[in-house]
Amino acid sequence: MLRVENISKTFNPGTITEKIALSDVSLRLNPGDFVTVIGGNGAGKSTLMNSIAGAFLVDTGKIIIDNNDITKWPEHKRAKFIGRVFQDPMMGTAAGMMIEENLAIASRRGKTPSFRWSAPKSEREKFRELLKSLNLGLENRLENKVGLLSGGQRQALTLLMATMADPKLLLLDEHTAALDPKTAEKVLAITENIISDRSLTTLMITHNMRDALRFGNRLIMMYNGKIIIDVSGKDKKDLEVQDLLEMFEKASGSEMDSDRMLLG
Amino acid sequence: MDLIIPTISQGLLWSVMSIGVYLTFRVLDIADLTVEGSFPLGGAVAAALLTIGYNPISAILAACAAGMLSGVVTGFLHTKLKIPALLAGILSMIALYSVNLRIMGKANLSLLQIDTVFTIFPASFDNQTMVLLVGLVIVLIVGIINYWFFGTEIGAAIRATGFNQHMIRANGVNTNITIILGLLMSNGLVAVSGALVAQSNGFADVGMGVGTIVIGLASVIIGEVLFGTKSFRNCLISVVLGSIVYRVVIAIVLQLGMPPNDLKLFTAVLVTLALSLPLFKAKFNSKKRRVAG
Repeated sequence: MLRVENISKTFNPGTITEKIALSDVSLRLNPGDFVTVIGGNGAGKSTLMNSIAGAFLVDTGKIIIDNNDITKWPEHKRAKFIGRVFQDPMMGTAAGMMIEENLAIASRRGKTPSFRWSAPKSEREKFRELLKSLNLGLENRLENKVGLLSGGQRQALTLLMATMADPKLLLLDEHTAALDPKTAEKVLAITENIISDRSLTTLMITHNMRDALRFGNRLIMMYNGKIIIDVSGKDKKDLEVQDLLEMFEKASGSEMDSDRMLLG
Repeated sequence: MDLIIPTISQGLLWSVMSIGVYLTFRVLDIADLTVEGSFPLGGAVAAALLTIGYNPISAILAACAAGMLSGVVTGFLHTKLKIPALLAGILSMIALYSVNLRIMGKANLSLLQIDTVFTIFPASFDNQTMVLLVGLVIVLIVGIINYWFFGTEIGAAIRATGFNQHMIRANGVNTNITIILGLLMSNGLVAVSGALVAQSNGFADVGMGVGTIVIGLASVIIGEVLFGTKSFRNCLISVVLGSIVYRVVIAIVLQLGMPPNDLKLFTAVLVTLALSLPLFKAKFNSKKRRVAG
């Protein structure tokens, strides 16, 4: 499915602000894997995800999706395989366009745009059905501009958009971090529904250890640009926050310093 | 009273340019100064072709193509060479000054005694009415083309690029191409407007583009404030009407005795006020709230 082989990334090499964000990271995902990713600030979680999405090119290593070596592909070309939801609810949608227009664009993800009409009336029923599954009442607001929606509604819509064109890989970059706890819980429930319904291969970054344990069949923890913990299956199911903290101390040789991660 | 028809006609001819400015300033979210060069470019190309005997329609189409090319150049500078959009536009604008002089061979090309798009049709109307009619037809054609184009998948991708480049890239669209296409459409329209204005004035001049961007912005903002921004179609209509209102305002202040030399200063002040309106509104509202609370 996804093969990340020995990738490294250094930002601002040769300057005072030089930062080794990823060092020799390898990761293999099997089809249907739902992997949660945790780690403190600067651990490399987002860099790993952005490397896969193509926000920048990696310095060394290879990224392969379904036998396509995408290491050198630009971001927009990789979108054919990858659905994404960002941390910032503003980033996944075009605020000044109607819900319907956003969905129409997302339904064609990875296809070259043509001179066909963008949001034909014939698609409406399909969009309405999809929106109904969110249970947010958006099915009656197809012609509303997305800018009128709340952060939670926008994230749910982005989730729908990221998954409607059957991505081979779904990337969720702390997509509930900017929401209030109640809304975050709701968006997470929608996330889990969509992923399990369609057995989507997923990487989900979270700042919240409990969420990382609660969701998915596999968990990886990053530290200093490396994957230091990788548990899956039954081992992961039995894991608790306390075990995770001990594993972290053993693997990294230091104490967990992020209160946010402890409290989450 | 007898100024009304020519004023509306001028508004129509210039509104094609304003739509072009709308496409970059609002749709793409770029302040594109190329228009200061592509407007006279349109005039220069049309005038040069008319004086060597081409028919007015092909002269306008050639002006459009030239304008599109200038937009592509700016787009290339901005997307491929990573030059900030404002500077890329300025570079094109300056380069076009020389290009326009080359095209015309001199600074000013007269079109007197030469058939223009306003004189080729069987003349059952007087010249004033003809300009109005031709203006209406062209604005209608331009409006329909834009409404169609920006409703297609490609057009929607261009609009989405202006709202959120992250989003549209994550959906598989190459934003370099959408930005270049947007600039192409915009400057094509601006050049058509230049070609029309030159023919209605009876001359093309290398300096006729000075202040184009500000006139375009004034029209866009006046239109938005007075006639709304509900949908893309609504915006297109607003820009055309805004362009006409702008001409009417100018005609009135000139009638009231403002020296024509002060026109550009007046327009700049007008646009400054309009652009800073949101800030004043916010300040005013927060003060009101503080008083009320």
